[in-house]
Amino acid sequence: MPGSWIAGFMGGVLIGLSAMLLLVFNGRIAGISGMVNGALTFAKCEQWRWWFLGGLLGGGVLYEYALAPQPTPSATFAPWSMVLGGFLVGVGTRMGNGCTSGHGVCGLGRLSGRSLAAVITFMVTAVLTVFVTRHILFA
Amino acid sequence: MRKKIVALVAGLLFGLGLGISQMIDRERVLGFLDVTNNWDPTLAFVMGGAVFVTSISFRWVLKRPHPILDQTFYLPTRRDIDLTLLVGAGLFGIGWGIAGYCPGPAITATVLGVANPFIFLTAMVVGSWVCRLTKPSSNHLSDVTVDSPIK
Repeated sequence: MPGSWIAGFMGGVLIGLSAMLLLVFNGRIAGISGMVNGALTFAKCEQWRWWFLGGLLGGGVLYEYALAPQPTPSATFAPWSMVLGGFLVGVGTRMGNGCTSGHGVCGLGRLSGRSLAAVITFMVTAVLTVFVTRHILFA
Repeated sequence: MRKKIVALVAGLLFGLGLGISQMIDRERVLGFLDVTNNWDPTLAFVMGGAVFVTSISFRWVLKRPHPILDQTFYLPTRRDIDLTLLVGAGLFGIGWGIAGYCPGPAITATVLGVANPFIFLTAMVVGSWVCRLTKPSSNHLSDVTVDSPIK
């Protein structure tokens, strides 16, 4: 088990370095929900966002098909969880202006009080939601 | 062009980090959020590793007069904690707890070749779009998604 904690920490460091690179070179915050919303405006000045999103896919391919010690488990098909969860994530990140990356990785790194409030809020509702779905509704 | 290459490299590192940390496996995320049953703390190490790097490096980076390839830093300008922020974050957390995906891992997980992330991302874009339509005066231009330059 501790092996996965070390891998988690190393993965987290790479994510932090990614956010640092984007800030020091381009002056941009690595917030993925904002990245998607900006990319989907298809504005010319937002083209760089597509390059970042392409990199997200490239990094996944590099990991899964070249580096992964074993394939990432992905068997459980949960279409309704995806539809409902995805919709709420879309609404929530637009309203709250950020997700785990923008408010978590970058916002906490900037010591933003707004981001800290957002992170505490979404952590609490996520934990409560999993408790309700796993141990009350579908126990 | 150089800024696009930086964005690509940053995206690659981010995706690689999500793979190595296995946050592209939604069961690992749900295992973290399920605090009452055989808790999996991995996500805390991922967030810890990322914030460890950003909290040290951002302080140093933001001392620069401007980024290396641009004239200005594009940072969120708002500081107030308002109800929209908290309700939005709350709804995001509920969706995250239901799906086990947030936007980054869902995008990277599409390379696994299964349907879940595609369904999630489609619903996410619809949700974001609906929210924008119903609230056209949304403050999305003044926060993390922003483009308003700050000195």
